[in-house]
Amino acid sequence: MKSKAIAAPYIVWMCIFIVVPLFLVAYFAFTDSTGAFTLENIIQVGQYSDVFLRSIWMGALATLFSLLLGYPLAYIISKSNLRRQSVLIMLVMLPMWMNFLLRTYAWMTLLEDNGMINNFLAALGLPRLHMINTAGAVVFGMVYDYLPFMILPLYTVLIKIDRSVIEAAQDLGANSCKVFLKVTIPMSMPGIISGITMVFVPAVSTFIISKMLGGGSNLLIGDLIDMQFLGNAYNPYLGSAISLVLMVLILICMGIMNQFDEDGSAEGGKML
Amino acid sequence: MKKTLSRVYMALIFLFLYAPIVILILFSFNDSDTKSRAVWSGFSLRWYQKLFSNAELLNALRNTVIIAIIAAVVATILGTVAAIGINSMKKWSKRVIMNIGNLPMVNPEIVTGISLLLLFVFGARLLHVELGIFSVILAHITFCLPYVILSVMPKLRQMDNSLYEAAQDLGCTPVRSFFKVVFPEILPGIITGAVMAFTLSIDDFVISYFTSGTTQTLPVYIYSMTRKRVSPEINALSTLLFGTILVLLLIVNFSKKKSGDTKEAAQER
Repeated sequence: MKSKAIAAPYIVWMCIFIVVPLFLVAYFAFTDSTGAFTLENIIQVGQYSDVFLRSIWMGALATLFSLLLGYPLAYIISKSNLRRQSVLIMLVMLPMWMNFLLRTYAWMTLLEDNGMINNFLAALGLPRLHMINTAGAVVFGMVYDYLPFMILPLYTVLIKIDRSVIEAAQDLGANSCKVFLKVTIPMSMPGIISGITMVFVPAVSTFIISKMLGGGSNLLIGDLIDMQFLGNAYNPYLGSAISLVLMVLILICMGIMNQFDEDGSAEGGKML
Repeated sequence: MKKTLSRVYMALIFLFLYAPIVILILFSFNDSDTKSRAVWSGFSLRWYQKLFSNAELLNALRNTVIIAIIAAVVATILGTVAAIGINSMKKWSKRVIMNIGNLPMVNPEIVTGISLLLLFVFGARLLHVELGIFSVILAHITFCLPYVILSVMPKLRQMDNSLYEAAQDLGCTPVRSFFKVVFPEILPGIITGAVMAFTLSIDDFVISYFTSGTTQTLPVYIYSMTRKRVSPEINALSTLLFGTILVLLLIVNFSKKKSGDTKEAAQER
């Protein structure tokens, strides 16, 4: 089929709804309300460096915990028999089918000061814990919401690892610990990379989780952007500047991550 | 020993994943006032009754379904046509277009959301209209498109181009040979893309939140409910949604198994 021309409607669509909006973000980031060029907005973003650092720190923690929790599970699933595997993977994916607002809301009711966990602790005669509206609750919520995004790409690479490679390592005298560290982990690197990006990007830019589980005290980049566009601090110029910085930041992170993944096979793990 | 350890670990993770959902469902049947959400005080269906007399919610549900259907249909048609066009491009231009087209997938949702908000506010001012269901549909088509293209593309690559040429040699018009030869080949990819687009659209909150103006979709409505912190109605709603999804998945799985069985039976014959 020699029909490049039929892609034209899509290209027009792409220009209007992807390219132009991103240019608008860049345009707003570098102008003030009179439309004159300014660097004021970008400079102002610097004031919020603590918010940026907090977002990155929390996103990184959530990613790390997801990896630590998700890797063993993906490994165990990949080692079980085939029929079982499909059931287990289905069970991992099922919560994703429920809107993440509802899942986060569920934790809101559990973690509250008068929530289920505290009532349970009180019934056991233990002291109540203050959990909701803390930074810990936000990281916890991120791990809960995005854990399946970590498990699925890990699982897809782990089942592809050729058993004979592992057997070869064993034949050559490696114990199971060494096989895991020297063979399994390096071979699952593409899955680890795509898992990390699939958890880190939504975690670092969330505004719902921090709003619902963090109270007002754990402001993240997402909250800041939301506030500039639909919140009280209406200022789309500053909001655009923050978004632009966030975008560049994430592109840099992804660029660094892709350095680890020479095959560029990260898309292999992208499944929904 | 190792086996029990891995079983226990698996059980713990699944407990972590499902405990909140189970509790959410359980408490949708709780006969309590809104103040004591965490105390069980008897079985009741009153939150369900309340839910179905909630006009705002039913309206949001209707909006969500309308948006998802239109967005999925348009994104599927536009995306399939685009995939065919892009597939016949040279490597370099293919790459450029795919990279730009995938931006809504790579970018944080909030950035896509606000960039579209800026566009729509700009456009609305030009055309003297307001943001609403129409702008949400445009936004949803935009973020669904890359998923459709990515599911159709591999099918096109697998296809043998000479079949299409053969059909034309045998006297088919290009359009007719497309529908007789190419279309059936790539149909599974198109269906996957359409289903993905539909579910992504139904589930989307962030982009709808920024582009919907005063129109409410279901996730946007849920969000406003959680802000008000009145609750068991949301529990009832989540239970219904979860139940629907579960039933749908079971049906899909069952029919897949069944068609798999008939395929096997056909092969045996």
